[in-house]
Amino acid sequence: MGQRITIDPVTRIEGHAKITIHLDDAGQVADARFHVVEFRGFEKFCEGRPFWEMPGITARVCGICPVSHLLASAKTGDAILAVKIPPPAEKLRRLMNLAQIIQSHALSFFHLSGPDLFLGMDYDPKKRNIFGLIEADPDLARKGIRLRQFGQQVIALLGKQKIHPAWSVPGGVRDPLSDEGRSWIRDRLPESKATVIEALGRLKAVLDQFTEEQLSFGAFPSLFMGLVTPEGGWEHYDGHLRFTDSEGRVVADRLHERDYRSFIGEAVQPDSYLKSPYYRPLGSPDGMYRVGPLARLNICTHMGTPRADQELWEFRDRFTRTVTGSFHYHYARLIEILCCVEKIESMIDDPDLRSTHLRAEAGVNNLEGVGVSEAPRGTLFHHYVVDENGLIRSVNLIIATGQNNLAMNRSMKQIAQHFIKDTKAIPEGILNRLEAGIRAFDPCLSCSTHALGQMPLRVQFVGPDGTVYDEIKRD
Amino acid sequence: MAVKTLTIDGTLLSAREEQTVLQAARDAGIAIPTLCQLDGLSTVGACRMCLVDIEGTGRLLPACTTRVAEGMVIHTKTERLQSYRRMIVELLFAERNHICAVCVANGACELQDLAIEVGMDHVRFDYLHPECSVDISHKRFGLDHNRCVLCTRCVRACDEVEGAHTWDVAGRGTAARVITDMAQPWGTSETCTSCGKCVQACPTGALFIKGMTVAESRKDRSEIGFLVTAREKKQWVV
Ligand code: SF4
Ligand code: FES
Repeated sequence: MGQRITIDPVTRIEGHAKITIHLDDAGQVADARFHVVEFRGFEKFCEGRPFWEMPGITARVCGICPVSHLLASAKTGDAILAVKIPPPAEKLRRLMNLAQIIQSHALSFFHLSGPDLFLGMDYDPKKRNIFGLIEADPDLARKGIRLRQFGQQVIALLGKQKIHPAWSVPGGVRDPLSDEGRSWIRDRLPESKATVIEALGRLKAVLDQFTEEQLSFGAFPSLFMGLVTPEGGWEHYDGHLRFTDSEGRVVADRLHERDYRSFIGEAVQPDSYLKSPYYRPLGSPDGMYRVGPLARLNICTHMGTPRADQELWEFRDRFTRTVTGSFHYHYARLIEILCCVEKIESMIDDPDLRSTHLRAEAGVNNLEGVGVSEAPRGTLFHHYVVDENGLIRSVNLIIATGQNNLAMNRSMKQIAQHFIKDTKAIPEGILNRLEAGIRAFDPCLSCSTHALGQMPLRVQFVGPDGTVYDEIKRD
Repeated sequence: MAVKTLTIDGTLLSAREEQTVLQAARDAGIAIPTLCQLDGLSTVGACRMCLVDIEGTGRLLPACTTRVAEGMVIHTKTERLQSYRRMIVELLFAERNHICAVCVANGACELQDLAIEVGMDHVRFDYLHPECSVDISHKRFGLDHNRCVLCTRCVRACDEVEGAHTWDVAGRGTAARVITDMAQPWGTSETCTSCGKCVQACPTGALFIKGMTVAESRKDRSEIGFLVTAREKKQWVV
């Protein structure tokens, strides 16, 4: 029997993950798993509630990306009402989603991964955090913080609250963008664009220092899934679903979210609360697919904005048409921020954004609805079944982190096998790489938001009989 | 019109004899917390939020149902009263499922306001977590028993102002629930005129306009008082 090493982040907030590394009899890494032991009992909580409340409930229950739930939930509500929302409302929802992608990606890139990327994976762990980055490179850190603030402020301007704006509702949205809001956004656009272009340059300049990581941070073939426009371009709010493979071949296209059960299966693993979805026709685990920034770039033909398109061509030139290394989620994130900023630029003067006809009125016209949107971390599905009055009977959510679960496990194994040479002496920098491998996917777990320093880790050496005979702690 | 002289919290004041202690206090700018009382409706003295200490009576009395009397000496803010009020609010929270964060009335709820007013930073009692249903069978309105505090303002508004008497209370103790007609789905009620007075009268998110989402309910609770004044005094005071 083999041994098991457990890396258990000791978190003070609920929702945490741990990593176990399974060793074979020879003491070599045989497998690795990423466990999510967070449980919200969320589906139960929603039963019996009017579906109109769902955007607000889901946005509040899942605090990491409230805006994404707000949008997916409102779209599910649209499906139950069987309405097409007023075009200005769609534009406003799009604006909010673009802002959400900017702020979330900026947080992931600058605050969470910036220290690894610009200070180094083996940098002093006490300083390998946003404060260390501020100290070492105040200009970059400040710009990153302001970029995130830009996204957050756009959300706040629309939703009147930064964190939980129950602003998008079944049938449309509650309020338009004010004139002051519009001019604030317009003023901050050039700076935001300059920041992301600079960050792209900075990332490209350090790529060579991460050759090992590029090869081992979840670099393997898999399917990719996400939304694309009717023409096959980059999409974040509507359009249709597409699967491509690692050669860039379209495996399935023009899929409608309503039929998600026909193409997505959900495997439940005994050691994790996270469901592991897979592409149904291929079964699990062959149907493993990735979602999120890298997937969205891989499945689309073009971004649809001038600068982001240039960056996409360069990205593909540098690597391959389909980029399979998960390390490049970082790079993809920056290209997406650029695209979002450009898209906001092109829509900001649209008079529709101040329209007051923003909500379609209707009753319950479908007893079931599915809504989809691209959250920063990947495709998000909401599926509700309601009774004839609109009370929720059942809820199913497919979240981005779940869809990346199989790929995250595969990454853990790859990183562990690549870096752990001696299980008796694991340097801190290697623990950090395991963590960074997870962080590349930017999973929506509280542990991924330990921005103020590294995750507290516990590494346990567990013998075949289950006894802990050694333990390394990193607080 | 006879006038009575009384003292509230050390202030000597006069009030008309048909006034309640609550009215006299309000006229004098002395605030007493209330919940089941709503201008324009009869008073029932059910919630006990407005309890005051009247010297010589030996017990606490609700200000909303107690008439003023000559020479009364009333205290409205003693420590004992304040601790009782806080306990009442805590018990109300413990009795049903009041989840402000996802409630339609968040930010415009009298129960929430009271919790703030009495300084309720936590609830000392075990929550009962009762299983409560939501009735959205009505075309325009919804009823969420999770948020009901059984103040009966809806019952009185419907009976006394609209004259429909659709609402009533059935059951006792923790099993008590407001009902429409013969405890049937609201949407099937034959007496309901869909006027919406109950919704405006309701202090919490228990009665709401269908389709509303979190923190969207903004009620005009003075509407009932306005209607009654208009009807009885022919005064349209907006
Ligand atoms: S539904 Fe509202 S008005 Fe009626 S008793 Fe309950 S809390 Fe009071
Ligand atoms: S307000 Fe007086 S008892 Fe309720």
